[in-house]
Amino acid sequence: MTETATEQAVYTKQLNVTVNGQARSAAIETRLLLVHFLRETLGLTGTHIGCDTTSCGACTVLVDGTPVKSCTCFAVQTEGSEITTVEGLAPAGGLHPVQEGFHEEHGLQCGFCTPGMMLTATALLAENPNPSETEIRWALSGNICRCTGYQNIVKAVQYAAAKMREGS
Amino acid sequence: MAATEEIRGVGHSVKRLEDARFIRGKGNYFDDITLPGMLHLEFLRSPFAHARIKSIDASRAEALPGVVAVVTGELLAQHSLAWMPTLSGDTQAVLATDKVRFQGQEVAAVIAENVYIAKDAVELIEVDYEPLQAITSPQQALAEGAPVIRDEKEGQEDNHIYHWEAGDKEATDKAFAGADQVVELDTFYPRCHPAPLECCGCVADVNPATGKATIYMTSQAPHAHRTLFALVAGLPEHKIRIISPDLGGGFGNKVPIYPGYVVATAASLLIGRPVKWVEDRTGNLISTGFARDYHMHGELALKGDRIAGLRVKLLSDNGAFFSDAQPTICKAGLFHIVTGSYDIPAAHVETDGAYTNKAPGGVAYRCSFRVTEASYLIERLVQTAAYEIGADPAEFRRSNFIKPEQFPYKSATGFEYDSGDYGAAMDMALEKLGYEDLRREQAEARKEGKLIGIGLASFTEVVGAGHGAEYKIAGLRMNDGAELRIHPTGKAVLKLSVKAQGQGHETTFAQIVAEELGLQPEDVEVQEGDTDHTPYGLGTYASRSTPVSGAAAAMVSRRIRAKAKKIAAHLLEASEDDLEWKDGRFSVKGAPEKSTTIQDIAFAAYTNVPEGMEDGLEGVYYYDPPNMTYPFGTYAVAVQIDRGTGAWKVKRVVAVDDCGVRINPMIVEGQIMGGLTEGFAIAAMELIDFDEDGNCIGANFMDYLLPTSWETPSFELGETVTPSPHHPLGAKGVGESATVGSPAAFVNAVVDALAHAGVRNFEMPVTSDKVWAALNEVGLAE
Repeated sequence: MTETATEQAVYTKQLNVTVNGQARSAAIETRLLLVHFLRETLGLTGTHIGCDTTSCGACTVLVDGTPVKSCTCFAVQTEGSEITTVEGLAPAGGLHPVQEGFHEEHGLQCGFCTPGMMLTATALLAENPNPSETEIRWALSGNICRCTGYQNIVKAVQYAAAKMREGS
Repeated sequence: MAATEEIRGVGHSVKRLEDARFIRGKGNYFDDITLPGMLHLEFLRSPFAHARIKSIDASRAEALPGVVAVVTGELLAQHSLAWMPTLSGDTQAVLATDKVRFQGQEVAAVIAENVYIAKDAVELIEVDYEPLQAITSPQQALAEGAPVIRDEKEGQEDNHIYHWEAGDKEATDKAFAGADQVVELDTFYPRCHPAPLECCGCVADVNPATGKATIYMTSQAPHAHRTLFALVAGLPEHKIRIISPDLGGGFGNKVPIYPGYVVATAASLLIGRPVKWVEDRTGNLISTGFARDYHMHGELALKGDRIAGLRVKLLSDNGAFFSDAQPTICKAGLFHIVTGSYDIPAAHVETDGAYTNKAPGGVAYRCSFRVTEASYLIERLVQTAAYEIGADPAEFRRSNFIKPEQFPYKSATGFEYDSGDYGAAMDMALEKLGYEDLRREQAEARKEGKLIGIGLASFTEVVGAGHGAEYKIAGLRMNDGAELRIHPTGKAVLKLSVKAQGQGHETTFAQIVAEELGLQPEDVEVQEGDTDHTPYGLGTYASRSTPVSGAAAAMVSRRIRAKAKKIAAHLLEASEDDLEWKDGRFSVKGAPEKSTTIQDIAFAAYTNVPEGMEDGLEGVYYYDPPNMTYPFGTYAVAVQIDRGTGAWKVKRVVAVDDCGVRINPMIVEGQIMGGLTEGFAIAAMELIDFDEDGNCIGANFMDYLLPTSWETPSFELGETVTPSPHHPLGAKGVGESATVGSPAAFVNAVVDALAHAGVRNFEMPVTSDKVWAALNEVGLAE
């Protein structure tokens, strides 16, 4: 996003955030969406765009631990925040229990919703280590999956919850 | 080398090999691809459904810094690219020149340094339109005096596209003349949209130095698309390379060629830089391949509790350009599977298609060429017939099923069903549901004023097209190739013509090779989607990957095994006739300690071949299926109706599928659950509707409703296995069974709750207001 001229004035701003534990800083257009900042400016393409209207959740990332749909959030709104994307989910060389759960329980097919789905699940488990099926279904209801029918996604989150409780 | 570890071939729920990249955010979707110097394309779309274009002024857009070019239909016409052929032999505008024919049609394209500038520039293009009357239904389109939508087509004087018939009219008329009773159903299968979570798009990179066009695009059929590109653009086919990277779902939406691919490629060719087109969600919903939009009238002639004849009349709304994805042999796709799972001696089908001012498409949303519509109609009709003669809907089905001993069965419309045991699948579904108990519970509940409904669908699908002599798309025979190379260390690469969109090909197809050659699936890398590096074939849709490409993978493995056997004989110093293939190794009959593995053989193929044998261990096989396959099953749904609101809630969903031999049962079940969810969605909420001016209602995910984890019911699955007799592995394909079969089961369940009060039909999507109106009409509202 280097070319900035339009018929109207263009505003740029310095953004300072921490993304997946790393301090990142860039001069960006104020209208730049968070998802484009992550995908285009930082090259973190694991965050996807599915609908442009905050409906599908493919673009979900964690901003200070809270799931945020990055396709309808300006990057500048996250100034000073800690952002986690799918690329930051796993410890080095390993897998996060949620990632493991999605693989073990066949919780993904095309993989497009998976990063957003996993980040929402991670936020749920941080708050509620032993969620019921109803609580899982409610927590994930802002993330659309077109392939799996959700049943295995629920199982994936239950797998992760059990694993995390075991480990804690 | 020890080979004691069990080979995880056919029948094993191997965890998916492709997951590793997806769960780490390392998938490679087309939008993840950035090339040096890449430009971005954004469309200006028509706000009108039908209007004449008087002028286009792009000067302000062109003057905006960062804009490289504005492409119009006029510019494309100079290169003979303003129109392109469709999959049904019609033509479609790439960019509008004379008229716009549906809301959202592509009018001009801005090519700019980034997508923000491109979007700014789109707003600066001024188009002067003269609005015309919009036609939004086929009935309106075929009415006397309707404005001609396709007035640019020579000889086209009205909005009629085709008339087509199948079956035997005379025999059917006779069956109806002799019937005890005739049962009718008028119903409409509404327009819905596959809406894969990833929209369509591409990165087109035409290298000015070499003239080679590399197009990374969302394609379910990369080889067919390459050939079509060659024909449309007049480029030599070897100078076109289509790469279909990871696809974020497809469901039929990524079968057609869209203007975005063509304009991006043309722009890259003209400008000499790569051009990326990323469709937004609204663009996806209002302009790309929709599904259904089929008006159906069905009649059953009954003799006692037997169906003596079936008569069907259809009217299809094809939108502004006839671009159904379908085999050329049958103009209404495979609608003539309409006799379903039933032994119906006489049938006749008539169908007409019409142009309207709506988006083109007519793709199969997780279905094979209109099979979904056919299955829906017959399953709704048999339930209606059961009510009319006072029979139990399950027993009525049983009385009319094609019996196991009748296979191979020739249907009244000319299909040869390969195998089936419909009663067994239904019995299992009824048992799992507890059908008898639930019927008693329903009767008890009614006494207490509660409404419970039970709906069944005992569908039969037809998938796995060709065979190539009869089934062609755009003239191309519907078969598929597989190429297999075994490397010296016994690891393999399997290259396929098909292209997964989430189906798990990298695992399932590796298991086929594993089964046939005694390798572990992890030792087989499956490659797809790159036309420079995979054999030719027609691609993934209509559940054809396993029936066609899966067979090709098995056959190429067997071809290699035949050579491996000769090498084994050489290594074991035995005669080929004395060898047997067991547990993934060749051994000498009666002396099992004398054996050799595929790894040893592979090494020998490059180091120590018998005298006179060609080196290497690889092969190619093109599989032309002798017939299609016929998966089937019974879905049983129980619902409860809220008499105060008309809301219906799914209590149970039991799905028993028979897709022949299951290669990876885990993946098969995943496919079924996904299909059930989409079937539920179509029955309950998904609708692309239009107002009288042709404005699309359903242009984003706030208006086009998709089920989330909250609305989606849980599923109870069961299986029976009736192998396909003509497939090398006995497999039939499963990706679409649940979407084809389940909508009728959901709707039948809601109807069943009110059937005792005389209700016979609800139109999809069955929303609460429709049920509420019916409750009021029959005096059951609370």
